[in-house]
Amino acid sequence: MENLIALLVAAPLLGAAVLLCGGRRLDAVGHWIGTLMSTASFVFGVILFADLLGKNAEHRTLIQHLWTWIPVESFQADVTFRLDQLSMTFVLLITGVGSLIHLYSVGYMEHDERRRRFFGYLNLFLAAMLLLVLADNYLLLYVGWEGVGLASYLLIGFWQHKPSAATAAKKAFLVNRVGDMGLSIAIMLMFATFGTFAFGPVLGHATDASEGKLTAIALMLLLAACGKSAQVPLQSWLGDAMEGPTPVSALIHAATMVTAGVYLIVRSGAIFNAAPDAQLVVTVVGAVTLLFGAIVGCAKDDIKKALAGSTMSQIGYMVLAAGLGPIGYVFAIMHLVTHGFFKAGLFLGAGSVMHGMNDEVDMRKYGGLRKYMPVTFITFGLGYLAIIGFPGLSGFFSKDKIIEAAFAKGGTEGWILGACALVGAAITAFYMTRVMLMTFFGEERWKNQPTRSPEAPSAEPAAEHQGEHAEPHPHESPKVMTIPMIVLAFGSVFAGFFFNLGDRFLHWLEPVTGHSEGDSPLSAATVTGATMVCLVIGVGIAYAMYGRRPVPSVAPRGSLLTRAARRDLLQDDFNHVVLVRGGEHLTRSLVYVDHTLVDGVVNGTAASVGGLSGRMRKLQNGFARSYAVSMFGGAAVLVAATLLMRAV
Amino acid sequence: MSFPLLTATAVLPAIGAVATAAVPAAQRTAAKWLALLVSLATLALAITVLVRFDPNGGRYQLTESHAWIADFGVRYELGVDGIAVALIALTALLIPFIVLAGWHDADPLETGSRRWRPTQGFFALILAVEAMVIISFEATDVFLFYIFFEAMLIPMYFLIGGFGDRAHEHGEEAASTQRSYAAVKFLLYNLVGGLIMLAAVIGLYVVAGNFSLQEIAQARANGSLHMATSTERWLFLGFFFAFAVKAPLWPLHTWLPNAMQESTAPVAVLITAVVDKVGTFAMLRFCLQLFPEASKWATPVILVLALVSIVYGALLAVGQRDIKRLVAYASISHFGFIIMGIFAMTSQGQSGATLYMVNHGISTAAWMLLAGFLISRRGSRLIADYGGVQKVAPVLAGTFLIGTLATLSLPGLAPFVSEFLVLVGTFTRYPAIGIIGTFGIVLAALYALVLYQRTMTGPVKPEVSAMPDLRVRELLVVAPLIVLLIFLGVYPKPVTDIVNPAVKSTLSDVHKTDPKPEVEAVAK
Amino acid sequence: MNPVNYLYLSALLFTIGATGVLIRRNAIVVFMCIELMLNACNLAFVTFSRMHGNLDGQIIAFFTMVVAAAEVVVGLAIIVSLFRTRHSASVDDASLMKL
Repeated sequence: MENLIALLVAAPLLGAAVLLCGGRRLDAVGHWIGTLMSTASFVFGVILFADLLGKNAEHRTLIQHLWTWIPVESFQADVTFRLDQLSMTFVLLITGVGSLIHLYSVGYMEHDERRRRFFGYLNLFLAAMLLLVLADNYLLLYVGWEGVGLASYLLIGFWQHKPSAATAAKKAFLVNRVGDMGLSIAIMLMFATFGTFAFGPVLGHATDASEGKLTAIALMLLLAACGKSAQVPLQSWLGDAMEGPTPVSALIHAATMVTAGVYLIVRSGAIFNAAPDAQLVVTVVGAVTLLFGAIVGCAKDDIKKALAGSTMSQIGYMVLAAGLGPIGYVFAIMHLVTHGFFKAGLFLGAGSVMHGMNDEVDMRKYGGLRKYMPVTFITFGLGYLAIIGFPGLSGFFSKDKIIEAAFAKGGTEGWILGACALVGAAITAFYMTRVMLMTFFGEERWKNQPTRSPEAPSAEPAAEHQGEHAEPHPHESPKVMTIPMIVLAFGSVFAGFFFNLGDRFLHWLEPVTGHSEGDSPLSAATVTGATMVCLVIGVGIAYAMYGRRPVPSVAPRGSLLTRAARRDLLQDDFNHVVLVRGGEHLTRSLVYVDHTLVDGVVNGTAASVGGLSGRMRKLQNGFARSYAVSMFGGAAVLVAATLLMRAV
Repeated sequence: MSFPLLTATAVLPAIGAVATAAVPAAQRTAAKWLALLVSLATLALAITVLVRFDPNGGRYQLTESHAWIADFGVRYELGVDGIAVALIALTALLIPFIVLAGWHDADPLETGSRRWRPTQGFFALILAVEAMVIISFEATDVFLFYIFFEAMLIPMYFLIGGFGDRAHEHGEEAASTQRSYAAVKFLLYNLVGGLIMLAAVIGLYVVAGNFSLQEIAQARANGSLHMATSTERWLFLGFFFAFAVKAPLWPLHTWLPNAMQESTAPVAVLITAVVDKVGTFAMLRFCLQLFPEASKWATPVILVLALVSIVYGALLAVGQRDIKRLVAYASISHFGFIIMGIFAMTSQGQSGATLYMVNHGISTAAWMLLAGFLISRRGSRLIADYGGVQKVAPVLAGTFLIGTLATLSLPGLAPFVSEFLVLVGTFTRYPAIGIIGTFGIVLAALYALVLYQRTMTGPVKPEVSAMPDLRVRELLVVAPLIVLLIFLGVYPKPVTDIVNPAVKSTLSDVHKTDPKPEVEAVAK
Repeated sequence: MNPVNYLYLSALLFTIGATGVLIRRNAIVVFMCIELMLNACNLAFVTFSRMHGNLDGQIIAFFTMVVAAAEVVVGLAIIVSLFRTRHSASVDDASLMKL
């Protein structure tokens, strides 16, 4: 059975290689090859899952050693895969949602002339992501970690003829690199501390190391997680990443890649457990991000960016849960999975809306679409109910658990974190209701209002409409796109209930992550009640603002906070002024310094030698008598010197 | 007596150089083919060396030794360890690609031009450089090494000064001036380094009485040759200075951007991927073996200079407007990593550094040659003159992206392995320096991606719109390099197996052992 | 008579010759001054020979005379040809060799 693990990665990798090297011959079938490879990987995943289920809880870890990668004395990096309950969960999520999104993309990217390449990149992403979750040591994980970064870079910048897309892609890669730096420092620290970076020995002996070292490792891992999962302070790339095609946003920037940070923290649980200071930082980062993302999500008029803010916020929940230690690990992963379903569904819904609206992304130019796109409306609506935590749907179960766990942390911290989580729940309800109302309800603001086509003129059917300022004709998307949406909507509705039935999910993951019940100062019912109250408040305010009043099609100026939130709470402006401008000045002045100072010293030496010889040259004036003078002078000096020497 | 394999490997390209130069003027194409065949034959010999070399055998293998200038104890002594074998293989591997990539670089300009471009000379000079580089890697006699270390400058001078890019924004006259400036700068820098080294070589002879690396190292190890601390330090500095100029290490680097900017892309590759490696190689072989104590004494300063090189080179690369200068500064940053790895004095650091030399050679060759293909199509080196190439020439852009990713050390490609080893090796002994060095990977992403973004993405510039994609010859150059990059990134074991034992003996020369981990219980 | 006086005379003659070389422009005069210096040297040699009681100095004096004669032949030829081409015998006019 172990030998199947490599196939999980190999299938999409092969797909990527074939599609990217295959050339134009494969244009006609490329998308099906890609989907096939992704599905094959899913099938292998299911087979392995069945195998794991058939074993005892303690024996559910499969190891496959492939080859020795980098052997230098004590530094031994192997290409070894580890499939346990945690990675199994991820494998199913990645390949499952991934295959659905492949299928969706067949329709969504139908008119793009570079569709084959798109599927190549998607397969590359799957391979890298699976490598990330299957790796048995941190260095191999790092390969997957940067691999998904590369795939993300390629896919965000897929429409790279648009400068904005190319810039967004570069930004995503760079911000992620800052996080990667954290991961590589963490690996170096592990090697210096433990002499290895394989999961088994490091996590098994974590408590043998000093707490200072462990805190340092944990903080560096957190930095890595912040980069990949768009957590404050490295969150700025996620909003821009929406420049990519919508299936990409659904798969990479909602369901899978951005949750890699949570995986990393949960996987390294043993280290974090032994470093309480680092755990506190993790929870703070999670809490801040969940509020940050939610606030940003409230102000965006771009449907994808609103959802991106929401993703950030939901991952904030997961990170918060992961920071709580064994109380929260399982719930972090559970929320991650349910979030994978409903957020992917929401993004696919958004893509479907855009597909029908000539790629308009401004929600102020939507309205009343429920009549025109019934399937999209229903699936999106179910996703909406799931994310706000409507009782009975999956978001309800997973988010509620996290809020409970936050209170269970105990002490003042518990109260603060719990309160943050509750406020976040209210804001989530607000912004998601806003998205829902602005898109599917209200008056049809797109009528008599030609839309521009900001996304990929050549890539989309919009190309035909462009230039004539045609009114959009909202229509339902083809089956190949709606089926994945329906499947994901199913997941959004039932996954939480299913996972929670008899604490199934908890028992499944517990052997890997460990679990402990905190002692919450509040009863579970109280927390649920409070969450419900928050939900109602959020929905109510949103309804009052966007449901009962008409939505202006041009955004009003808004309050200071709204304006700041629209600009991602000024984080980008800060980055721009401090990092971009500052960096430009630094490099420019360094170029100047290199030219004038470093090179100048050398050139100056050369010039002064040249100048000296120029002056010496003047002595050679061609007048025989002046030469004679110097001869006599020289002779006189020699004689004088001889006499002087003798005198001494 | 067995067949002198090492001599043959060095002499073959030398004979090839003479033969290529002797091809009649009219038969240009024949000269090209001859050069290509000779370089391929040399590659075959180098592979034979690789196969005959036993990683777990003695330290120096395939040795040859003959008396040469008996009065001064100069001997013709050759021998290779794992590090040298790896670098000989790299050199022999890259030259055919350089020849192939430069196939048309030395063709005569259009009729009516006054400039005469001696095609035969171009390829003969490349082969001559190859011969000298290979023998520098093989020499175990300090004097022999010195001679070829210096003689290399002559063909390089002519290659830089005589053959520039076809197109130049300020016309042929200005190009010629700048070329000779670059060539003279190259020559002067390296000559100054070489002269200081000559003084140190003579000093070494005065102290030791012969030039044999092995004898001196042995005598030093068993105590029969005593060297005063200050003498050792001065001699070390003399050697190191020359190697640091060649490598190049900040602040002795300014010749490299000029030289790479003005020469054609294949020659730029020859400089940075082949010739400069002699500098870093010699640090490992001569500085550490002959002057172990002084090497340790100088380590802190050298590490700081290497660190400055890494960050400074990367920052300057970000600020460049000229594609080739950007690549040159990127190389300076990479050489910082190599030197850092060497002087970290850990097995990971030094194995990583050796691996880095190989990987940097391959990745820069791929990146720079592709940049050269790009430049030859548009006739400009300025980044701002490009845009949207991806749309017009997808294969060129795709391969260039892989080169870019290799430069920024993406895991899965070869340079990552070496860069990470260097960083880990440095970190275990000098954590602060390791961490600052890690900033280099962020900056590398910045300069590499900025270049890619500005040239390849965005709207198609009108001047670029008719750009042809890669031709078969160009693809033949690039594809094998990319395959190698991926292969060595996924499975670097063949190289590390050869290099590791050599590094081990080098480390034992300087009496250093790897730092022990804090938690020792975790044995595998 | 004290032979040292001859040395004084020699020094005097030499100085006159040297000064002449330095301050006169006419090539013929410069030439004559050089001859004067050579002969001053001869005088010194002969004097030393006498003082030390051996013949070395006198032999050297003969050599000097031969050299002087050769020099006269070559030097006069140069001066004449110089005068022919430039219509001047000033040494300062012949400064074409400067860089």
